[in-house]
Amino acid sequence: MKSESTAPVFAIVGNPNCGKSTLFNALTGLKQKVGNYPGVTVEKKQGTAYSQHGLPLTVIDLPGAYSLAARSPDEAVTRDVLLGRRADTPTPDRIICLVDATNLERNLYLVHQVMDLGRPVILALNMMDLVEASGMTIRIGRLQTALGIPVIPCEAVNGKGLIELKLAMSRTDLPLPRHAWDVPGAIAAAVAELQASLALNDGKSPLSARAEALLLLTDQDSIRVAGSTPLSARTAEILATWKKRWEAEGMDWAGTLVNSRYEAIGRLAAEVVQPGAASGPTVSDRIDSVVTHPLWGWLILGVVMTLIFVSIFTLAEYPMDWIGNGVSALAGWVKGALAPGDLRDLLTDGAIQGVGTIVTFLPQILILFFFIGLLENTGYMARAAFIMDRMMSRVGLNGRSFIPLLSSYACAIPGIMATRTIEDPKDRLTTILVAPLMSCSARLPVYLLMIAAMMPGNLVPLATKVGLMLFMYAIGTFGAFGFAWLFKRTLLKGAPPLMIMELPPYRLPGLKDVAMHMVQRAGLFLKRAGTVILGISIILWFLSTYPKSPATATQTQQVEHSFAGRAGHAIEPLIKPIGFDWRIGIGLISSFAAREVFVSSTAVVFSVENFDATNDHADIAPLRVALRHARWPDGRALFTPLVCLTLMIYYVFAMQCMSTIAVVRRETNSWRWPIFQTLYMTGAAWIFSFIIYQVGTAIGF
Amino acid sequence: MAAEIRLSELAAGKAAVIRSFPKSGSGFLRLREMGLLPGTTVTLVRVAPLGDPIEIKLRGYLLTLRKSEAEHIGVEPAP
Repeated sequence: MKSESTAPVFAIVGNPNCGKSTLFNALTGLKQKVGNYPGVTVEKKQGTAYSQHGLPLTVIDLPGAYSLAARSPDEAVTRDVLLGRRADTPTPDRIICLVDATNLERNLYLVHQVMDLGRPVILALNMMDLVEASGMTIRIGRLQTALGIPVIPCEAVNGKGLIELKLAMSRTDLPLPRHAWDVPGAIAAAVAELQASLALNDGKSPLSARAEALLLLTDQDSIRVAGSTPLSARTAEILATWKKRWEAEGMDWAGTLVNSRYEAIGRLAAEVVQPGAASGPTVSDRIDSVVTHPLWGWLILGVVMTLIFVSIFTLAEYPMDWIGNGVSALAGWVKGALAPGDLRDLLTDGAIQGVGTIVTFLPQILILFFFIGLLENTGYMARAAFIMDRMMSRVGLNGRSFIPLLSSYACAIPGIMATRTIEDPKDRLTTILVAPLMSCSARLPVYLLMIAAMMPGNLVPLATKVGLMLFMYAIGTFGAFGFAWLFKRTLLKGAPPLMIMELPPYRLPGLKDVAMHMVQRAGLFLKRAGTVILGISIILWFLSTYPKSPATATQTQQVEHSFAGRAGHAIEPLIKPIGFDWRIGIGLISSFAAREVFVSSTAVVFSVENFDATNDHADIAPLRVALRHARWPDGRALFTPLVCLTLMIYYVFAMQCMSTIAVVRRETNSWRWPIFQTLYMTGAAWIFSFIIYQVGTAIGF
Repeated sequence: MAAEIRLSELAAGKAAVIRSFPKSGSGFLRLREMGLLPGTTVTLVRVAPLGDPIEIKLRGYLLTLRKSEAEHIGVEPAP
């Protein structure tokens, strides 16, 4: 074990929506470290709390779980940490079970499993204020006697009960739970036999062997339960023998185990819970009857989503401008402070530009994370999934994919990071793969430029502009659903989709928790994706700078002469069939940094003087004129309306965003999926562009 | 004793007691672990605006599942 810390390790365990994060934040304050469990994309939260005597205590906030028989990557991490299977996380010495006291029975199911682990447990009953408000009473003393462990009523939101909890955590004599539960007779012999074999043949600690044995019996898939190491031959044989025998007897062993736990919990609950007088519908019920109403439900969903998008586009604009100006100012300052040379250019045009690209998108990402957090925190997220499930099921997904996909209209990065709430790994991967097809805000400048270049007059009729824009959004959306449908039928074919989801009661959002979560997620994005993005920026800078042209060359000549220019020439045979020349090719290559870079790099390639690329509101009129005068060597116009349309279609589908690639790499834990995604998207972009351009040319456009 | 019907056939607002439950399938094991067991009383709260999934109340909380799962669960409507 690590010598650096001798602090006892506490794990907070509980169902989703029971207030775990709030308790964790209250216990650790800002002393927390957020990261990922290596190998899986599950958030790892660890922090330090202090005992009543001022001694440090390590606290791990485990992902929410309904059962140790894991069904999602989140639950698998919780199970593995508790069973001491993860080398990257210390095995918890003590376990704090947090339960939503308004819903004691179901919450106690997990507690019941945790009590089998042979470690001291503290039971914290959260949301006692709501229990009181509902007229229900819980006899804490009796519960404590029945379980033999400290039971602490608390209200994590306002810190009530926190001192008592810390006092309990400071105890050195925490008792082991007294289990008022006997494994049903028909199964007890099997559990004993498996337990002995697991301890003897599989090297499981005697303490956790019983829990491991019970888990083997509740899950159909023994490999999944045993973790990466397969069961020893002896244990597997015992398991198979018992299962065969039970099958012959027609016994449902997994069901029997679950039933018997619930029976024990039911007896306990009957003893300690006094239900309040049956009252009418709760506030939550009343909100729900509006929010999931066949008419009002859609209206509210529409309003909520419009509100989010309007605030992203209006609020994010200011900080994005400031950041853009700040980055330019910084680059200017470095330019003045350093002697001219390659190092200076590497810093200003490579590193600072690259960092600028990442940071400029940050306000959007932060705002989106904030709203996603708010939707999760209040309970609305589950309702949106409930309403949308039917529609998503048409393409083989479920309702939980809705919010991530919708967020991707603003930016695919938070959308992809929000897919963590999707339990099924295949559904999650499908959502990640198609999310970047939703037209994000970085495509807008490209669409706008092409619409401007397409129309003859100076002023594009508003209706045409809006119509074309909506058309692009529609194609992207249909594309996303089409590919999702395709992937779920071929590549990521899985078991029939299930949608088992709790609809948590509505709660007022804990703004502090939402804000903390937002900052942590954005930090993860910067830390994890930042390096990849910086690396690609520097490569792109290198490609457009070297080999150097003579000092007398104009910027346009320099770009032509550079590797990027040569690459543009090199790919011309590939893009000629879709109506693009090598100059557009340079735009495609350079806008791999981010789609909107297409506009500024096109300005350089087509020699537009004094084009202020750092300003979003730059006048694109001179650029438009330059594009209109661009010609093929044989004198044909380059940017015909058909080519403009083809280019827009190309940008709808093509994966032109290194930040997204970096995030997909992080979220899927391999290069395999981002590479596949880039290939399929760019391939689809080429094919659709080819069809449009060739058909368009053939019919005379 | 009322006749057993499918959970998916239960009318909105009606309560029923779970009678039969499929033995296999990890999804059904999870439903059990969420407290949906033979003998449990459930109330069908509502059906989603597009006709699927359904929302039920059991043990004091709300759960949603698709009709394709609810079809396999037999319930006896409360009188």
